[in-house]
Amino acid sequence: MNNLRFVQTMMKRLSKIFMSCLLCFLITDGVQAQITEKPGFGKFAITNATLHTVTNGTIENGIVLINGEKIEFVGKNAKITADYQQINAEGKHVYPGFMDSGTILGLQEVGAVAVTNDQAELGDYNPHVRAFTAINPSSVSIPVTRVNGVTHVISLPVSGRIAGKGALIDLFGYSPDSMAVQPNAALHLTLPASQQRGWWDDRSDKEVKEAYEKSMKELNEFWKKAEFYNKMMTAYEQNPKGKKQPDKDEKMDAMREVVTGDIPVIITADKKQEILDAIEWTKERSDARFILAGVEEGWRVAEEIADAGLPCLVSTLYTPERDFDNYQRPYQNPGKLHEAGVKVAIATGESENVRNAPYHAGYAATYGLGVEEAVKALTINPAEIFGVSDRLGSLEEGKQANLFISDGDPFEPMTTIEQVFIRGYKIPMVSRHTQLYEEYLNRDAVKN
Amino acid sequence: MDRFSKNKQRRTAMKKLLLMIFILGFATATYAQEKGSVLVKNGTVITIANGDMENTDVLIRDGVITEIGKNLDAPRGVQTVDATGKYVMPGIIDAHSHIAGVDINEATNPVTAEVTMEESVDPNDINIYWALAGGVTSIHLMHGSANVIGGQNETLKLRYGSSMEEMRFEGAPRTIKFALGENPTRVHGQGYGVQPRTRMGVEQVVRDHFDAAIDYQRNREAYLQAKAAYDKNQRGTPPVPVAKNLRMEVLSDIIDGEVWVHCHSYRADEILMLMRVFKDYGIENFTFQHANEAFKIAPELRKNGARTSIFADWWAYKFEVYYSTAYNASILNANGVNNSINSDSGELIRHLNHEAAKTVHYGGTSKQDALKMITLNPAIQLGVDDKVGTIEEGKHGDIAIWNGHPLSIYSICEQTYVDGKKYFDRAEDADDMRLEVNPEENYDETYTRWYESGKEEDSCLRGAEILFDSEGMSINGGTE
Repeated sequence: MNNLRFVQTMMKRLSKIFMSCLLCFLITDGVQAQITEKPGFGKFAITNATLHTVTNGTIENGIVLINGEKIEFVGKNAKITADYQQINAEGKHVYPGFMDSGTILGLQEVGAVAVTNDQAELGDYNPHVRAFTAINPSSVSIPVTRVNGVTHVISLPVSGRIAGKGALIDLFGYSPDSMAVQPNAALHLTLPASQQRGWWDDRSDKEVKEAYEKSMKELNEFWKKAEFYNKMMTAYEQNPKGKKQPDKDEKMDAMREVVTGDIPVIITADKKQEILDAIEWTKERSDARFILAGVEEGWRVAEEIADAGLPCLVSTLYTPERDFDNYQRPYQNPGKLHEAGVKVAIATGESENVRNAPYHAGYAATYGLGVEEAVKALTINPAEIFGVSDRLGSLEEGKQANLFISDGDPFEPMTTIEQVFIRGYKIPMVSRHTQLYEEYLNRDAVKN
Repeated sequence: MDRFSKNKQRRTAMKKLLLMIFILGFATATYAQEKGSVLVKNGTVITIANGDMENTDVLIRDGVITEIGKNLDAPRGVQTVDATGKYVMPGIIDAHSHIAGVDINEATNPVTAEVTMEESVDPNDINIYWALAGGVTSIHLMHGSANVIGGQNETLKLRYGSSMEEMRFEGAPRTIKFALGENPTRVHGQGYGVQPRTRMGVEQVVRDHFDAAIDYQRNREAYLQAKAAYDKNQRGTPPVPVAKNLRMEVLSDIIDGEVWVHCHSYRADEILMLMRVFKDYGIENFTFQHANEAFKIAPELRKNGARTSIFADWWAYKFEVYYSTAYNASILNANGVNNSINSDSGELIRHLNHEAAKTVHYGGTSKQDALKMITLNPAIQLGVDDKVGTIEEGKHGDIAIWNGHPLSIYSICEQTYVDGKKYFDRAEDADDMRLEVNPEENYDETYTRWYESGKEEDSCLRGAEILFDSEGMSINGGTE
């Protein structure tokens, strides 16, 4: 049935394109046909749908009203005036838009082509470097991602000790400014490794220890300096009278909102010891806010992570960290963390295949997390972790209209996402992948 | 003769045979395959060949599917597995894998047809177990893609923990790896300054070597005939020897159709190029691996009888896959091209069922065809479709039992059988399933090896394709 419906919609879409091409050819001979569909914007009423609100349960035969950028109404009974464009979603489902909490989307276009990679700046300490600056709104991967129901992501710089600041962006817009929900969403930090990083790391134990201690000292001094800088600047700002204005330092300035906890720090840590090191390190810095990312062996130390109150950004589709681990651990990791009381959100770490975020969640759901919590890991949990739950993460009145309509369970690979809304914009369901499909399915067919 | 006495006779004969094998086993180091018997009761059997059959039993005896039907009785000594409410499908076949490989890439010359994966198999690789846990029973262990004409591949059955010999899929045709585009031009042209640096050069490397192989074969045969005549008659002068050349022998075998080609390729133009070359040399049995742009030339592929084995949705990791679409499989399928979904990865191989399900999502391929792309179609591409790829009487007892429909994300593989022998059982799954443990290894510090033992030293991959930096390891451009 799903297949049939999908084929039907594809056929409709094809015939629509065919007709519009034909019309353009007949009427506006010589004028280029418009090849990109424009998004819709205004007032929309999605009716007769099963609404998965996330925060207020499931509503059968529900209505969602969208007015401008916002969700105006979520419920069963609403008067729908004639100025609303109606979308009858009978038998369909509406979910809040999914969020991937750790990607390099918009920063990396083609992995192997270095000049298209903007996610890794040189140098070990770059708190002043911002993903926001380099996100390419025209990345071909963005439409490919959003038509699968992922409507907003954290895009992160990834290099050195402090890679820079990630941005929380909507996957629609013509400038980083219009896309950014939070231009500075979090700082990305990787702690020095107290152990060999893997089999390829052939340093001796002594070398590892020395390098670790040196790097730790460097990091701690950097952090201390940043705290001092912030105090100094704050003191001056509060009462500049009679004081000499301190010189500005770009890096230190960028650290101010970090050391005060105004924006969180994402610490990437996968192995057990890395996670324990991170917990220890964050304990000594109670003014700041921390989030763990990767956390592949989180299940080994789930209680410790829960006790430290650190939320975790995790995925499921990777092979076990160690050869002797049970094959299911990567799938079970989010469930085991949740069971211990850790708040989890899905982060794929991907660029062109961020669209698979729902499948990472699907595995988590199957292997212990459960469907309800897995949906949260893509919606309200990351919204809370990044402090935007007043704007995103659920179907609620007043929230930003990031949502999608599907013909079934969005974790099932066979389900079709039929319509996506981002910031109230009704997004054309096209991407390079659908365009190539339409062009090549019946390649040699001709118009007559 | 009724069935009972037939069975009885068979059993007596079997006992004798087993006794002989038992004795022989002590006397000599034979490589007798371990085969098992099992009766899987009352499942939904996804036969691939004859649709789905509900409440159906499958009987495997001594490694072969002997009966499919309702209310079958277990022959004496044959264990019964209750599959009520579960799905039984043919074991998944991965037409492109590097797990269980010891060395992968002889990246020292644009043509290395003489090398083979046959002697490069690690039967204890933990990735084999992880693949079995995803319902996979056979893989095509491929040589890497650094060379235009790489080494010979080996089709394996996932008999985890057996031996190099026993891992081989007996009776599978020989296959060889070719590679076009960025990888050979980067490794050899850019890296070593030898042809090919361009896709133009790639074509000529293939043609030059095929021509040389034809000349070699003619000269070698002429020499062997002349030598035989000389040896017989002892008259005149002995002929000038033409030395045996293994590389040329294998290339000749390709032209003669004895070795099937599996060609790493991405762009439509390079695929068309190789099909023209193959037409000129009369090569007919070939599969394009990866083939991200195959959808652009589906009619040409169909016309030339070419097959494709692709990723479900990988793209944009390098420039030659930038103009890709995840609808590739559906377009190829709709155009009548035999296509399979492969993994080329120790990660993806664990859930090829969901990779196949993506073909339903992208372009509405039917569930039946989606499952074909990980069973019968790869079996055809590897030339083993008379043995595996469907659940039919007479085929090998390679099956996987799932607790739900295998295309659903909520379904879990519970048991996997190869030749009727159980190699994976989720109910008996322990934490540490390694078979070979290095006593010198620090238990707590054992990390996953993406590329198994032997890679640390002497590996062509190291430095050439795998980059090591402060972030750890990254594979540049994916040369495998």
